[in-house]
Amino acid sequence: MSRPNTFRAGPDEHGHFGIYGGRFVAETLMPLILEVEKAYDEARADPDFQGEMKARLAQYVGRPNPLYFAERLTAHLGGAKVYFKREELNHTGAHKINNCIGQILLARRMGKKRIIAETGAGQHGVATATVCALFDMPCTIYMGEVDIARQQPNVFRMKLLGAEVRSVTSGARTLKDSMNEALRDWVTNVEDTYYLIGTVAGPHPYPAMVRDFQSVIGDEVRRQMQEMEGRLPDSLVACVGGGSNAMGLFHPFLDDPAVAMIGVEAAGHGVDKGPDAHAASITGGRPGVLHGNRTYLLQDEDGQILEGHSISAGLDYPGVGPEHSWLHDMGRVEYAAVTDDEALAAFQLCARLEGIIPALESAHALAEIVKRAPSLPQDHLMVLCLSGRGDKDIFTVAGHLGVTL
Amino acid sequence: MSTVEQGRIARRFAALRAEGRAGLVTFITAGDPDHDTCAALLKGLPAAGADLIELGMPFSDPMADGPAIQASDLRALKAGARVSRTLELVRAFRAAEADTPVILMGYYNPIYAYGVERFLADAGAAGVDGLIVVDLPPEEDAELCLPALKAGISFVRLATPTTDDARLPAVLRNTSGFVYYVAIAGITGTASADAVAVAGAVERLKRHTDLPVAVGFGIKTPDQAAGIARVADAAVVGSAIVSRIAANLDADGTARPGLVDDVLGFVRELSAGVRGARG
Repeated sequence: MSRPNTFRAGPDEHGHFGIYGGRFVAETLMPLILEVEKAYDEARADPDFQGEMKARLAQYVGRPNPLYFAERLTAHLGGAKVYFKREELNHTGAHKINNCIGQILLARRMGKKRIIAETGAGQHGVATATVCALFDMPCTIYMGEVDIARQQPNVFRMKLLGAEVRSVTSGARTLKDSMNEALRDWVTNVEDTYYLIGTVAGPHPYPAMVRDFQSVIGDEVRRQMQEMEGRLPDSLVACVGGGSNAMGLFHPFLDDPAVAMIGVEAAGHGVDKGPDAHAASITGGRPGVLHGNRTYLLQDEDGQILEGHSISAGLDYPGVGPEHSWLHDMGRVEYAAVTDDEALAAFQLCARLEGIIPALESAHALAEIVKRAPSLPQDHLMVLCLSGRGDKDIFTVAGHLGVTL
Repeated sequence: MSTVEQGRIARRFAALRAEGRAGLVTFITAGDPDHDTCAALLKGLPAAGADLIELGMPFSDPMADGPAIQASDLRALKAGARVSRTLELVRAFRAAEADTPVILMGYYNPIYAYGVERFLADAGAAGVDGLIVVDLPPEEDAELCLPALKAGISFVRLATPTTDDARLPAVLRNTSGFVYYVAIAGITGTASADAVAVAGAVERLKRHTDLPVAVGFGIKTPDQAAGIARVADAAVVGSAIVSRIAANLDADGTARPGLVDDVLGFVRELSAGVRGARG
């Protein structure tokens, strides 16, 4: 495979990153997808749109958030100098709000009257419900029955914010089924409804649009590292479910060959423990077509989609953003996988050493740093995307540690 | 190999025109509720009045389908349905029935996983006449539509209430066999179509194409099928038939002895509605 001159030019006009991406949706949705694409192209070039987004991110979300030198963790690991990009300090406690601010401004610009979204762990649902409250738009969140049971605090948060949470009882009753239900809603309510997708997946233009809205993460890291260390970081590490926080961190650095990037998937019980034991689509899946795009998927020999497993409801998705699939094939980004147990250990380590309770999703990325940092030189600058706070996960973690709350 | 233009679909619509009536297109899911029962249903459909047969290819994530067809996909998969078994059903059907067209309907991933070239070769050899693949709009024609046409298999496109005049030519460009008009913006088996609105939509399509127009989504009763048969070239009934299958299952999901007769009896009622519509 030939190496492109730039890794930042994609997708092409049809929404393809190499063979990945595309617009694999029902005809009923095609006119809407094309409308979103046109509206986004116009908004992106409009200084007023960019200006309002910037102001909302500063005043409402609290950006820029810090790039923090994790001194005790660094000393503990005894190798690379580890920095945390503190996305968990954003309003609503995760990176998801960056994308929601962008898309709600787009929905308003398009004259849409109602918002729908899917959610797994509930972080994107909470962020969507938040911006819908702020912009006074009715909002319906699809969430799997299984996820509702394991993420009760976020369900209550969404309801407090005025959202309707619809329990999804079809299929495996988790994130992929919630996305199916959201698509069914959209196809039924095409006139007035905007589908606010939470990750860098789905039909074009969503993967590119969500990446653009999340790229504020990497843009800030670039500037902040320049201020703190006078140079670029050596490596970037982020968890990958759909992969939006990772794309946001990575994208501004893709054309800096000296910057290494590692995307960390959920290995669940272990990638070698069978196809239903993990949620590592790139590490343990193969290319297929689902939810509007071609990408690496967990699937059986006959092309039926598998459920996947992870302790983290936010990583428990059988696909991954198409740009990640392409970056994997091109060899620009390395993809690794971390088990439930490794993530749990990193979760506790971070709490005790740094006084920060990370989301279980982010704990996967941290677990990879715990593996790598000790053997790297002390002048190696390593950045973790601390994508979310872990308060939502304390019940899950307590359960795994045998503690009753 | 016969070309698309001279195939069973074109011959069947020509025969219907000669009879001065619309056709009935029936949908069932391959392998629902189990392989043998499905084979018996397929075998009985032409005599019960099905003019064309749509055979659903089960998929774990049928995002354009309502609860009835979602459930039938899951039943079929649980009973061991696979792409190769679906093609076996068509092959067995075709051995005994030369004229009734069979159109496979489903989602792209199982075909992609099977391999496009291999799938088209095996489907053609089994006696498949056409494909309807919900998640392949014209923007993705290079994936399967163009190879299918080259292999002599029709690619039937869905046109919907959201497909405006500007977009119609693109939707119709590589469509063959017939055009499937989706009568409502929504998923299968939910809201019912308004016959007056459908009549207008069919007229609009006819201004853009000479192909027959079949109408589906939300047609549940013989009366509704008759209403559509007055304004379109064919009426498609899916969820209502599939629900009839579900109603003939035991609590553990096994087929009761009378299932095939009951379902085919319902198809006979639908057929009578369609046949009597223009009388």
